[in-house]
Amino acid sequence: MTKLKSLSEAITQYVHDGDTVYAAGFTHLIPFAAGHEIIRQGKKDLTLARATPDLIYDQMVAAGCAKKVIFSYMGNPGVGSLRLVRGELEAGRLEWEEYSHFGMISRLQAGATGVPFMPMNPTAAGDLERANPLIRKVADPYGGGEVIVVPALKPDVAIVHVQRCDRDGNAHLWGIIGEQKEAAFAAERVILTAEEIVDEAIIRSDPNRTLIPGFIVDAVCHEPYAAHPSYTQGYYDRDNAFYLEWDKISSDPAAVKAYLDEWVYGVKDRSEYWEKLGAETHQRLTITSRPSAVVNYGNY
Amino acid sequence: MNLTYSSSELLTINAARMLRDGDTVFVGVGLPNLACNLARRTHAPGIVMIYEAGVIGAQPARLPLSIGDPTLVSGALSVCSMYDIFAFYLQRGNVDVGFLGGAQIDRFGNINATVIGGDYTHPKVRLPGSGGSQEIAAWANRCYVLTPHQKRRFPEKVDFRTSAGFLGGRAEREAARLRGKGPVAVVTDIGLMEPDETGELTLTALHPGKTAADAKTNTGWDLKVVANPWVTEPPTAEELRILREELDPQGIYLKGGA
Repeated sequence: MTKLKSLSEAITQYVHDGDTVYAAGFTHLIPFAAGHEIIRQGKKDLTLARATPDLIYDQMVAAGCAKKVIFSYMGNPGVGSLRLVRGELEAGRLEWEEYSHFGMISRLQAGATGVPFMPMNPTAAGDLERANPLIRKVADPYGGGEVIVVPALKPDVAIVHVQRCDRDGNAHLWGIIGEQKEAAFAAERVILTAEEIVDEAIIRSDPNRTLIPGFIVDAVCHEPYAAHPSYTQGYYDRDNAFYLEWDKISSDPAAVKAYLDEWVYGVKDRSEYWEKLGAETHQRLTITSRPSAVVNYGNY
Repeated sequence: MNLTYSSSELLTINAARMLRDGDTVFVGVGLPNLACNLARRTHAPGIVMIYEAGVIGAQPARLPLSIGDPTLVSGALSVCSMYDIFAFYLQRGNVDVGFLGGAQIDRFGNINATVIGGDYTHPKVRLPGSGGSQEIAAWANRCYVLTPHQKRRFPEKVDFRTSAGFLGGRAEREAARLRGKGPVAVVTDIGLMEPDETGELTLTALHPGKTAADAKTNTGWDLKVVANPWVTEPPTAEELRILREELDPQGIYLKGGA
């Protein structure tokens, strides 16, 4: 049965005020189109979880969608500070919960595999354990000393952008696969956005590449270029210039408002956003081809 | 011939020289990335570069701005999930070298990348946080810290212990039974600091033209200096050429300092 719907319908149906949202993707495949649609629909009081909040959560926090962030590295990757989230934290206007990358990803791993918590070896850097009471120590029941544990993270909704999937949501991803699979399996509801909707036969031609099976997916949205200014491996490049530009925009509240007005509220959807970026940007983000060697699964 | 070079070039070249051929290195963006690529093009062609985004054996064709740049993926040996990179590679003990940076590094090599001033819930300055550094500091066999030598970066004690150095001293780290040996050197633009038998960072080397007094003035504790600090070899023309022409032709990371 097709799960195809517009992104606008999917966000209306599956993202509710007060939800815990995990918009997945470590630098790669960040679902910006969905973040912008959440802003346009004026969702409120969200708990925004991501290892790296990145610009997507900076923008959603600026637009007033969030009451809390859960993160492990709050920076603009490769550039510096994530100014808006940082400013709200320093001002005491935004709640937060913080982990190391391994702690954050272990929370998702626990959520995705259905266990209540995940153990990790101690790191002896005790200050974060003291600051965050959800990070605890337990005795190894097999006598190996203490381990650190973090509780399962089970988001209400995961949003995952993929290279291609079929209309049922069986999805192929490649390149940096950070925590997309874990987020999808951990979450109660899953929204996929995809560069391409392909025939099921394409998915079945390379089953090892299917990280997310359709039966855990609720909505499939065909959204080319949904990751910009992040990127989609093999489709278009990361817009590093925009990441640098955001550092300037985000240092001025008026510029942030102007950005949101023009590029989020001022466009109807991702297709209009991409057109508006213009030919020069399209050209700059165009990549050349580097295909893998063909894999032979064999006929049996 | 006297070559001129920036502080960033000096840091990068000295860091590259510490890498050994065959090392598996957990790489960060910026200067550590340049140092690894420089070592790979000079004395250590067999270095395996691992990125926390889940890339193993990267061969970046261009300078990555972010830790998750697509150039790290194309041509890599393997790509895996973040859970796998931290669990199978780092926690399991498959990483030889980690690079660390931070806003503060203290007398025992502990690092703060979380908050400065105030307390955790009401910080004066909120920094990005651990990312992968808490685990790298604990589990990589050897860690190197690259940082400009400034007093504010080297307090007696960090405001927040994001990543473990020698904690309160080497014995305390040993009692914690972490698999990694901790920081083995801090590379600055003045010289090198290495832990003594108690784990205290001690000045062991100076870059050409720098003095122990420079280092002491720019350190927030009473810095110990070994009897005869050695002088590092100045950057060679070939090292500078590779950095400037091949690795960072636009000077994105190397233009810093003078």
